[in-house]
Amino acid sequence: MMTALFVMAGIAIVLGAALGFSAIRFRVEGNPLVSKIDAVLPQTQCGQCGYPGCKPYATAIASGEADINKCPPGGEEGIHKLAELLGVEFKPFGEGTQPKAKAVAFIDENVCIGCTLCLQACPVDAIVGAAKQMHTIIAPECTGCELCIAPCPVDCIDMIPLEENIDNWKWRYPVYALTPAQ
Amino acid sequence: MSKLYHFHGGVHPPANKTQSTQTPIAQAAMPPRLVIPLHQHAGGTATRPAVKVGDRVLKGQVIGLPEGRISSAVHASTSGTVTAIDLQPVAHPSGLPALCVTLIPDGKDEWIEHHGTDYRELPHADLRHLLRMAGIVGLGGAVFPSDLKLHSGQQRIKTLVLNGAECEPYITCDDMLMRERAAEIVRGAEIMCALLQAEVVLVGIEDNKPQAIATMQQAVATGQHENIRVVAVPTIYPGGGAKQLIRVLTGIEVPYGVRASEMGVQCFNVGTAYSVCRAIAHGEPLLSRIVTITGNVQRPQNFEVLLGTPIAELAAQAGTKPDTTGYIMGGPMMGVPVPSAQAGVIKATNCLIASSPALFPPAPPALPCIRCTRCAEVCPADLQPQELYWFAKARELGKAQEYHLFDCIECGACSYVCPSHIPLVQYYRFAKSEIWAHEQEKNAADLARERHEFRQERLERDKRERAEKLAQKERAAAAAKAAAAAAPPAPAGDSAPPAAPAQPAADPAQALIQAAIERAKAQAALSKPKNTENLTPQQRAEIAEIEARRAKIREIARPDNGQNEGP
Repeated sequence: MMTALFVMAGIAIVLGAALGFSAIRFRVEGNPLVSKIDAVLPQTQCGQCGYPGCKPYATAIASGEADINKCPPGGEEGIHKLAELLGVEFKPFGEGTQPKAKAVAFIDENVCIGCTLCLQACPVDAIVGAAKQMHTIIAPECTGCELCIAPCPVDCIDMIPLEENIDNWKWRYPVYALTPAQ
Repeated sequence: MSKLYHFHGGVHPPANKTQSTQTPIAQAAMPPRLVIPLHQHAGGTATRPAVKVGDRVLKGQVIGLPEGRISSAVHASTSGTVTAIDLQPVAHPSGLPALCVTLIPDGKDEWIEHHGTDYRELPHADLRHLLRMAGIVGLGGAVFPSDLKLHSGQQRIKTLVLNGAECEPYITCDDMLMRERAAEIVRGAEIMCALLQAEVVLVGIEDNKPQAIATMQQAVATGQHENIRVVAVPTIYPGGGAKQLIRVLTGIEVPYGVRASEMGVQCFNVGTAYSVCRAIAHGEPLLSRIVTITGNVQRPQNFEVLLGTPIAELAAQAGTKPDTTGYIMGGPMMGVPVPSAQAGVIKATNCLIASSPALFPPAPPALPCIRCTRCAEVCPADLQPQELYWFAKARELGKAQEYHLFDCIECGACSYVCPSHIPLVQYYRFAKSEIWAHEQEKNAADLARERHEFRQERLERDKRERAEKLAQKERAAAAAKAAAAAAPPAPAGDSAPPAAPAQPAADPAQALIQAAIERAKAQAALSKPKNTENLTPQQRAEIAEIEARRAKIREIARPDNGQNEGP
């Protein structure tokens, strides 16, 4: 009887120690779900979701605070991916939220006064310039978040939609007409 | 005769090659206008224009400088004047325009200064640079810069395979090149072999080209090349695919997702070997290529064509028949329709087929897939085309990739045998370009994330540094004040700083208050008159007199005296 008790207690102590050890040794820093969600988000850092960037939005989704349909730049495809990742139902965009075509900012250099306000607004440091010097956008790094437009005191920033060119052209999904049987 | 191997699948479409091999290679007439695209290599971006509108250029002058790693120069095909550098229609399935240099030939065909070199006397790095600046790319149709392939990396290249199989119907440009210019192809192979430090060169030619095989064997024998072997391979489509030809010649099966070079084999088209020879031994960059003009024309034949020659003008020299509706660049299996007949011939143009409804009737409507797996039987890459089709159709791109979509060489054997006439290759092309686009988007997002995180970190760091600087300043000020308080009051006018640093105050807040008190005291001391000491008795007497007078005036001015009251 006592032997059995000792054996059971021994096993409990050993397993408890192993679990305790691995809890410390293999501790996962941060929430892995947040980085998984963050990987799906388009990283425009535009704040259209109501959070100050993609990571905060990912954190909010992970904690269940935010819906998955708050990211217009991600498009419906983004919602599908989030739904799949989180195992929830697809949810269409709300009223008034519609994804736009991808665009990059363009500074009219004749009008720019060099106030640096857009530099401070750009979340990805895609604007080059200095005080009283002309500013310009590094187009390949611009995410099209439009955050630089509002602070500009002279309205010299426009969003130029990205057009299809020979380098980003894609083969189309095959479509062929069906003819009714004679 | 060495042992030959088989690859999986393959089909036997009608060859239609004899029409265009009846006459030798003809020199195409100089067109009145050349349209030379600045992006003629696979991958990378367009070359940087090296000329301005209005410039006179010489034949062989660089007009597009290579930019980035995967790039190759573009040259003026003849001497003349640059009249425009703008977007023009090009031979690309998208139908979108691309940056081109328009050149009006002056008819003199005046060469830029050039000279050949002996490849044995130059270091390999210089030879590769020469090839890059000579614009040498793979002429089999893939147009990948050859200098990048002519490099033995970590895996040593043992075998160099020269691809003269030319398996696709209608195309005969390699056949004619081998028949007429075998010696230079062999010299090119020798240079390539030296660059790769390969042990053996295998020239694979399909056995439906006996004349080409004979002339190539003759050229190898004349040059006394013991390490070059010309091998006749069975005629089967797509026996000219790189992996397929390597399999047939060496028995090496290149696994999924692996490059042939990782298996110690490198494969080049015979046309590329020819242009390598011209570039190194003669100093001539790639300015022209052999193009087969066939299909719905009166005199199907091969032309040596200056790059940039408009397609319609070239076809007219072969006698385009009136019912021609368009042109196909490449063969009937893998070729793509050219969106504009005004587009110029490019380095990838191996064949132009004038098409007509009679020659290529429109495909019957596609019917549902019946899972007959005939496509899987003929697939030379040993894939499961029917599965790939389902995944591409359902846009399950991840699944398609798992089924090795990127090992598909788009040879069209599956579509050729499909009893339901499904345009299978179109689905695979769609899926591939979707996957590439996704990958690019993902890279852009990763870059944005990295930059955003760096910015956040930088802002944090700036804030922290500013706070630290402020605290440091305050500490220094407090220390100075404490030192001033501890030192004996200095005589007036003495501005020498305290010699030794004072002991830091225990409590910074307390020290701040103390410092403020000290400051107030010092200010009060400053406002006190300081000239009342060390006065002479005479001055004292004067002061006393003035004080007495002031007291008297004050006495008079006192309101209760009533004398000085206003009305």
